[in-house]
Amino acid sequence: MTLLSILGVLSSAIFSGTSLLFTTLGEVIDERAGIVNLGLEGVLLVSASSGFAVTYLSGNPYLGILVSILAGGLMNMILGYLVITRKANQLASGLALMFFGFGLSALIGKPFVGEKIHSLTRYVLPGTAGLPLLYTSLFKFDILIYLVIPAAILVWWLLYRTRWGLGVRAVGENADTAFASGRNPHLIRYQALFAGGMLVGLGAAHLTIAFTMNWTEYMTAGRGFIAVALVIFSKWHPLRAIAGALVFSGAVAFQLLLQSSGVQVSPFLLDTLPYILTLVVLIAWGGNRKHSAPGSLGRVYQGSE
Amino acid sequence: MSKIAEVITRFPVFRKKALQTVVHYLLMILFAFLMFGLILFIAGKDPLQSYKDIFTSTLGSAYGFSEVIVAMIPMLITALAVALPFRVGLINIGGEGQLYIGAAFATFGALTFPNLPAWLLLPLMALLGMVGGALWAFIPGYLKSIGLVNETITSLLLNSVAPKIIGFLILGFWHAPRDTIRTPNFGTSALLPTFFGTRIHLGLVFGLGLLIVFWLVMKYTRWGLEMRAIGSNPQAAKRNGIPLSRYLVIIMCAGGAIAGLAGMVQVSGFYGTLFLNFSISLGFMGFMICWLAGGDPLGIVLMAFVVSVIYSGGNLLQLTRDLPFAVINILLAFTLFIVLARPAFFKGRKS
Repeated sequence: MTLLSILGVLSSAIFSGTSLLFTTLGEVIDERAGIVNLGLEGVLLVSASSGFAVTYLSGNPYLGILVSILAGGLMNMILGYLVITRKANQLASGLALMFFGFGLSALIGKPFVGEKIHSLTRYVLPGTAGLPLLYTSLFKFDILIYLVIPAAILVWWLLYRTRWGLGVRAVGENADTAFASGRNPHLIRYQALFAGGMLVGLGAAHLTIAFTMNWTEYMTAGRGFIAVALVIFSKWHPLRAIAGALVFSGAVAFQLLLQSSGVQVSPFLLDTLPYILTLVVLIAWGGNRKHSAPGSLGRVYQGSE
Repeated sequence: MSKIAEVITRFPVFRKKALQTVVHYLLMILFAFLMFGLILFIAGKDPLQSYKDIFTSTLGSAYGFSEVIVAMIPMLITALAVALPFRVGLINIGGEGQLYIGAAFATFGALTFPNLPAWLLLPLMALLGMVGGALWAFIPGYLKSIGLVNETITSLLLNSVAPKIIGFLILGFWHAPRDTIRTPNFGTSALLPTFFGTRIHLGLVFGLGLLIVFWLVMKYTRWGLEMRAIGSNPQAAKRNGIPLSRYLVIIMCAGGAIAGLAGMVQVSGFYGTLFLNFSISLGFMGFMICWLAGGDPLGIVLMAFVVSVIYSGGNLLQLTRDLPFAVINILLAFTLFIVLARPAFFKGRKS
């Protein structure tokens, strides 16, 4: 095993972890407002397919990213209408959204299966420009990768340092109390869902426009559910989500590394590690009030009329 | 929508409660079909012709109808796997994982004892499948009963783990000589018998039988009463001497066992082999069906039938309309959206 192969694995972990972190951040905002979005898989797929289609047709990846973001926000609005306005069950509505995403993305993406696009421009990581060419090629990242950590900090700032974020967290803890203190839970939840959906769309954009650079049906392969698990793992906190995404993509990278060095461990078993780790963490924190989920997560706010 | 319903319910024939419900459901599904037709139209396909395809291929022939029933079997069972725990207030979203583990246990039986006669091997496989599903559900059930972690989150997490264990088992031990993603075909004694020369298999009897048992237990036994008591107010039930945490664990495991049986039924009755990712979201589908039916056994049969018609029709859409199979999910989702959004008249029925 050479240094080069280790760096190569690390680099691919960063690429695959970026879309995961954006998605997780989106779900953090949703759940902080008290809404579980189990349809992330569908949101990701629709954003990815529409972003890819626009990039392919226009030749402009930035336009594609913009469309992805919008598609993510709009998909979440469907969920919002069901669970906020119609007061439907969140888990069932999320799963319905997932099935919708499976179908719609297959329809949108069908003409583009097998097509290739020009990816986003990649920039060399500052400070590594002096290294040999073989190495610098591993440290060339696109703009979205450079933006993902700032995005996590931005989400943290929004949630913990702004009035809007206070409102979101208040609604997520107890919508009735938030209403009593003069906030509009319905509006805040819609806003949070839209913001969260845009971040999920950004994750989808990175996956398809910058990372794989093609479209295949059901290309997300469970990323949505991983993100839901990561939100729990990171205790509904945007900065800890960075650690969560690192652990997960690290585990994937570790597995690739083991394979390349000829160690015989089933990749399937290694794949289960992040989930089992999340489960263990959950058990370890179990019953600890301070770290538990937002108070009214998953509950329907009946309104006060 | 609500206007139409109002007009319809003015006719005395439609005043009957059961009939009203049916009319409401039909109206909602009609609306879903309209919306999907619009999407097909935008995609440049002929909606009317597509619907004709869907219905003639499913309800128009005896063979098509039998295929709908075949598709319905696992959904009946996975929906019940959600309905039972729901009666005590447990949300089992882990049907998908329990189904996989159940299928793996049943496959173990089929591959280890290929020489047993069918009358011995099939019950053994069913038992193994149920044990597997129950074990997988024991984890969330136990964690919930001691007040550590919510069963929704744990069963959801375990859904992602189970298919990977299947992959490990197939790749590592069970794969067929020239195939890495599936086991050898089961021997004939490990296959559920089929009826009437169609693909309808004994699993249908399992599914309908379990639903009837569920209904009887809920309505006429002490357990049913106690479970309803727990579901409506766990604390009050506890004070009345109902062993709450024991109930929670047992019921969760029972739900898991049922989902595990669905896994056994799929590998033994439908595929005759175990392969990677064989369940096309059957567990999630069961969750949706149970939710739409409100946990009611008859409702589960009806909703499973509707979903199966939609799904079986999707196959033909793929062949004749040059659309990806997944597109049929849009029609399914519209149906779900509309029932979930529950137009106002539907809610007013209760009062």
